[in-house]
Amino acid sequence: MIAEIGHYALMLALVLAIVQGTLPLIGAQTGIDSWVAVARPAALGQLFFIAVSFAALTYAFVVSDFSVAAVVKNSHSAKPMLYKISGVWGNHEGSLLLWILILATFGGAVAAFGRNLPPYLRARVLSVQGLIGVGFLLFILLTSTPFERVLNPPADGNGLNPLLQDPGLAFHPPFLYLGYVGFSMAFSFAIAALIEGRVDPAWARWVRPWTLLAWCFLTIGIALGSWWAYYELGWGGWGFWDPVENASFMPWLLGTALLHSSIVVEKRDTLKAWTILLAILTFSLSLLGTFIVRSGVLTSVHAFATDPERGVFILAFLAVVVGGSLLLFAMRGPALKSGGLFSPISREGALVLNNLLLTTACATVLLGTLYPLFLDALTGEKVSVGPPYFNATFVPLMVPLFVALAAGPMLAWKRGDLGGAMARLKFAFALTVIVALGTWYMRTGGPVLAVFGMALGIWLVAGSVLEWAGRLKLFAISPADSWRRLRGLPRAAHGMTLAHIGVGIVIMGITGVQSWTEESAKVMRPGETISIGEYDLTLKGARTVEGPNYSALRGTFDVSSEGKYITTMEPETRSFRTSTMTTTEAAIRPTLTSDLYAVIGDPDGKGGYATRFYVKPLVHWIWTGSMIMVLGGFVSLSDRRHRVGAPARSRSTVTLKEANA
Amino acid sequence: MNPFRHLFVLLFVVCAISALTLTPVTEPNAQSTIDKPLENPADEARALALHKLLRCLVCQNQSISDSNAELARDLRMLVRQRIGSGDSDEETIAYIVDRYGDWVLLDPPVKSTTYVLWFGPVGIFLLALIGVILFLRRSRIQPATPVASLSTEEEAKLKSMLADRDGTDK
Amino acid sequence: MRLGYVIPFVLFFALAVALYVGLGLKPRDIPSALIDKPVPEFNLPPVKDHDKGLKTADLKNGEVSLVNVFASWCGPCRVEHPVFMALSKTGEVALHGINYKDDPDNASNWLARYGNPYTRAGADRNGRVGIDWGVYGVPETFVVDQGGRIRYKHVGVMTQEILDKRIMPLVRKLKSKQ
Repeated sequence: MIAEIGHYALMLALVLAIVQGTLPLIGAQTGIDSWVAVARPAALGQLFFIAVSFAALTYAFVVSDFSVAAVVKNSHSAKPMLYKISGVWGNHEGSLLLWILILATFGGAVAAFGRNLPPYLRARVLSVQGLIGVGFLLFILLTSTPFERVLNPPADGNGLNPLLQDPGLAFHPPFLYLGYVGFSMAFSFAIAALIEGRVDPAWARWVRPWTLLAWCFLTIGIALGSWWAYYELGWGGWGFWDPVENASFMPWLLGTALLHSSIVVEKRDTLKAWTILLAILTFSLSLLGTFIVRSGVLTSVHAFATDPERGVFILAFLAVVVGGSLLLFAMRGPALKSGGLFSPISREGALVLNNLLLTTACATVLLGTLYPLFLDALTGEKVSVGPPYFNATFVPLMVPLFVALAAGPMLAWKRGDLGGAMARLKFAFALTVIVALGTWYMRTGGPVLAVFGMALGIWLVAGSVLEWAGRLKLFAISPADSWRRLRGLPRAAHGMTLAHIGVGIVIMGITGVQSWTEESAKVMRPGETISIGEYDLTLKGARTVEGPNYSALRGTFDVSSEGKYITTMEPETRSFRTSTMTTTEAAIRPTLTSDLYAVIGDPDGKGGYATRFYVKPLVHWIWTGSMIMVLGGFVSLSDRRHRVGAPARSRSTVTLKEANA
Repeated sequence: MNPFRHLFVLLFVVCAISALTLTPVTEPNAQSTIDKPLENPADEARALALHKLLRCLVCQNQSISDSNAELARDLRMLVRQRIGSGDSDEETIAYIVDRYGDWVLLDPPVKSTTYVLWFGPVGIFLLALIGVILFLRRSRIQPATPVASLSTEEEAKLKSMLADRDGTDK
Repeated sequence: MRLGYVIPFVLFFALAVALYVGLGLKPRDIPSALIDKPVPEFNLPPVKDHDKGLKTADLKNGEVSLVNVFASWCGPCRVEHPVFMALSKTGEVALHGINYKDDPDNASNWLARYGNPYTRAGADRNGRVGIDWGVYGVPETFVVDQGGRIRYKHVGVMTQEILDKRIMPLVRKLKSKQ
């Protein structure tokens, strides 16, 4: 009964989405205000019914209702509650419902909090959101309903893939979807602006918080996935340039470009058509990611069970949404007049360079990801495009980006003083040289590029801090005055500094782990000791231990350094009873500067065990840096100028009152 | 410089094959080999480096270095054997390619069918750069003035005019 | 310059067409590098309790043959097994087996229980010969011509339909070329 309610609610939501996608749009074109007014209640109603539907599916998973096919396939009564709930989106159908719920939530948020938007703009935005919703609701209802019943309910379910029973992965998809779907807001605003034929600084101020929010969530989602892969897959890898990873990385790259170009629209009223195009393309890449993951056109280590029928549906949807919006862009884009003039050496110029490099990098990743498919389609020849290609093409584009990043924020709008910026950066430059030499001295064995990478990272961190200090006039004026300037600085400025520092830390983390990882694979017998990095590890023994739904081989290693005992590590290999799969539970000892990573594998039948150890320098900096970037995003979001709904076209007293409240 | 691992919920992570028509070589059995490193550390380091360049056939998107699949393990040992018996890196790679084709190379060779792949990024960058330069030139001057007719003198004058109008941030 | 605004649409259109074509492709099928190449040099002992192993010379004896890679631990092999049993009864083409990475007792029991369609079946216990054949998953089936060249490879379950529509026509064509 509950499942039927869920299904029925989805159909009602579809009806409301159709209303939301049509009436307000027509109303705004023809000036029928009563039709325009339909947008808000329709969006809120759609959200309500989708929430009901999602709650119904969650209920079925929580109470283990094995008359529902999705529950049978993806759950098990003995599973911990967390994984019963995460099982809701641990499959194609349920994850699609989560996607739709998030889409409706964003629509509902505009309806509820977008009071300061001009009514016609809001109606158009909600209509476009409604149309996207129609597509996804049709998709789920026609090809992938999660509420399908089974005729003869089994006593228990098939369980969830053991690798997915992990807290990191339980929350990975929701964040990822919040990011993907969040970009639909920028998209809807872009389409609404094209229909209106009007893009101005106020428009950019409305779009920015939504884009920033989506970007923060996507960053969290990607970082969570990377972290999970690191500790769960047993190889200490944190990124593989897999098509499915690229599918989320591409919208991230373009979304980052969009964040920066919308600043130019907001401050200088130029780059308008380009920003609109970026908004369309960012969301298009989110949709393309959905297509790649769910259609099976590319092989990936991680993909949903695929189905060509679904692939055709998503492709058709993609063609309508992306093709339609790009056609609209081709027709209306030329009408968007650019305003402000500027010299190439200026803040605008720096942001254009940022966009050039990020967009090219994104196009490169897209080319590499889809090339096997292109070649197969054209010639039937199969090739593999792996990490060596992506590293060779992506890194050279990022290096100038990061070099310029330190100087960019120091340039003035319209016309900047590069010499002045460089002079202000001389301290950063000195620090960079010191770090480079220090790195060289400490790691003479490592690759030369590593020295460069560390230098680049510190250049960014130091440059960002200097720029921030410069705004406070730190040490130039009295500390009290600096404090006053600090208080007066918009939060967005702090956010930018934090985010850029985060990037620098990520770069150093990547450099460290890619350049100086030490690894050792050995067959060890109990009592034997191996040395890796500064550590000596002694295998004390290995035994079989029983878990709730698996049995594991657990090795015990004593770790010491220079003869001093440090800790004991106990990696496991787990064999699950409901699955033929085994998972590796690596033992990881993190420190600030490096991780010691231990894995135990199969016995060799002669009393020895296959073991693998890694020392991974700076690896945690990758995720720490990512979180600092996210923190920067949220700090920036808390800026009252970015508060959702706060800005208005003409700064009315109402807005000011609200913003100050 | 890899982007972050995996995304969506993975249904089949390590080496599951979606089509049920094929059993990947992952089943444990009596003939399991285990990863036994080479005695000579330099040789072992070469082997580990080569492992990262070869694509696992069963898992399809990992290198054999990162895969628990049994075939990946067999191939890792095969690489070690070839190196141990004195093969160069190129010979070792060629040995595998002879059996499995170019497909196993994660670093696709530069040949006529991959020109677009390898030189595409340069082309994209150049096209984008031209676009940006055109845009910058248009943004520097009044839109009504044809770009080409600006003399250096005029340009300098314009610059100074712009400098006069220069405002500060915020 | 107006043209510039149309470029994204045109590029996307091309992309969509490529993706549509891509939907019909099978990215998981890896083409064999050994097509039209001689079978590798190998010499496998017989499966336990059987007397005929398989070696290179057996495939160069002027006869067209099929070589099926199988294992007792492979579920899909069990699915395709009846197709090969029926084929062996017709005697139209020689069928040989490579028992891939299998336990000798299990392999022997498997053939005893479900029947042995193979004229010769070699036991490749450590999988090295499998690698020489470019095997990456079982079952796989190769078509080998009179001169011992590999002419076709099918990966996955051999169904009656694939056998009738693709494999046997090729076998007949090769035979007629004598």
